[in-house]
Amino acid sequence: MSDPSVRVVAPLWVLAAAGLLGLLVLAAAVLDGALSARAAGADVRTGLTRPIGEVARLMRQRRRVTVAADTLLWRVGGAGLLVMAMMIVTVVPLGDWTLFDLDVGVVWFNAMDVLAWAFVWLTGWGANSAYSLVGGYRFLAHGLGYELPLMFALVAPAVAASSLNVGTIAAAQQGLWFVVWMPVAFLVFCMGVLAIAVWGPFSPALGPDVAGGVSVELSGVDRLLFLSGRYALLAAGAAFAVPMFLGGGAGPLLPAWVWVLVKTLALLAVFVWLRRHLPAARPDLFMEVGWVVLLPAVLLQDLLVAGIALGRS
Amino acid sequence: MITHVAFWALAVIAVLAGAAVFIVNSMARASYSLAVSFICVGLQVLLLQQNYVGVVTILMMVMEMAIMAVYMVMFMGMNPALMPMSMVHDKRHALAVSIAVFVLLATGVLLEPWPARRGTPPDDVTAALGEELMGPKMLVMAAVGVVMAVTIVAGVVLAAHRGRYDRFGDDLRRRPARDPQPGGVGR
Repeated sequence: MSDPSVRVVAPLWVLAAAGLLGLLVLAAAVLDGALSARAAGADVRTGLTRPIGEVARLMRQRRRVTVAADTLLWRVGGAGLLVMAMMIVTVVPLGDWTLFDLDVGVVWFNAMDVLAWAFVWLTGWGANSAYSLVGGYRFLAHGLGYELPLMFALVAPAVAASSLNVGTIAAAQQGLWFVVWMPVAFLVFCMGVLAIAVWGPFSPALGPDVAGGVSVELSGVDRLLFLSGRYALLAAGAAFAVPMFLGGGAGPLLPAWVWVLVKTLALLAVFVWLRRHLPAARPDLFMEVGWVVLLPAVLLQDLLVAGIALGRS
Repeated sequence: MITHVAFWALAVIAVLAGAAVFIVNSMARASYSLAVSFICVGLQVLLLQQNYVGVVTILMMVMEMAIMAVYMVMFMGMNPALMPMSMVHDKRHALAVSIAVFVLLATGVLLEPWPARRGTPPDDVTAALGEELMGPKMLVMAAVGVVMAVTIVAGVVLAAHRGRYDRFGDDLRRRPARDPQPGGVGR
């Protein structure tokens, strides 16, 4: 069950992991603020402090109330994304240490990422607002397109390493990173991460054409939790990609845990940067792209990987 | 000790959340209390060290409830969950059937002479369970899986009210196809 390549640390380190995730969220938000400021033609430095100002503003903002809202489900949905992200990072080894050395860590990630279906939709649902409900269904329509390709993208590294344990998969890439010989699976995985974070091409659920979609009625701390949950999912997804595709802690000179952080930050920066460089995927059109293009592509990738794995064993 | 407490606490929450499905007055709440109930069961299965089965249970059930939400609005048209509605139908018969089934199962549990443990649990209980369930019938199971997938595809094909002649015209030459809802790859 446990793998010799990783060591389980004491449960109290959960707090450190949460703090680290918080720092990654802050880094992503600051980077996005700077990129926003540059895109708007303003001084980049004003963008750097914008996330902090936004946190202060949202903490003080009075909560907006809607008629006949399903408050319980609304709050569960809004806070859920952050919880999901934390559950994902529990199985990601930071160099040699891990919080939870689960033998089926890959399936764990998958189970956590489908929670987005519940949480984003519930956020859209709970407010009892037409636009936010439209946003919720836009997300589910995206979900029907991205989820199966994402699942089969997770299969490729697991097949190559003959294990569902994240630490074992990282250790199996000592010679060659999986991203090199399973690029399709990596790209589809990255697409899935953008999707669960409702980010970039998958942001029509929060689109300005539906007045902000899922987030239209969110205010104050609820909005803060939802927005930081999206950044946290980007960060957790980037962190999970490191042991799955980017060789885990492998790298010269620096210790393994530093490499994990460096790679996570680099991928996270790419995710944040992509926001302004990819067109929005219309939910109704993306469904067919997911099933007719992405799913066969990633299945072929799996077949190729399975053939190579069979040949090597 | 902690495992025992957690197991029983999860069992109680699973049963209560299951009961809540019939008590709440909104479909969204009913769907997601069922999801909570299944998540608790999945965590219990994790505690039984059937890690794969437990995590997959959580995965499948959350996704299933989200899909149910899609159909809920698709088929109901109106917004049923924001108008309170009862989650039970045909109460008397349903009660009679459920009490009868409960009594039957409970009697079975009490009357069955449960075997004592022989030997020790294997290292990989999930593999052992799969071996025990499928074992010599693996070929049949694999074949049944394919048959089921084919049945689903055939069912969808038979149920689709528009065929290729509607899309591409009588000579199948019309490009692009005439679709009420155009797809993203321009077929």
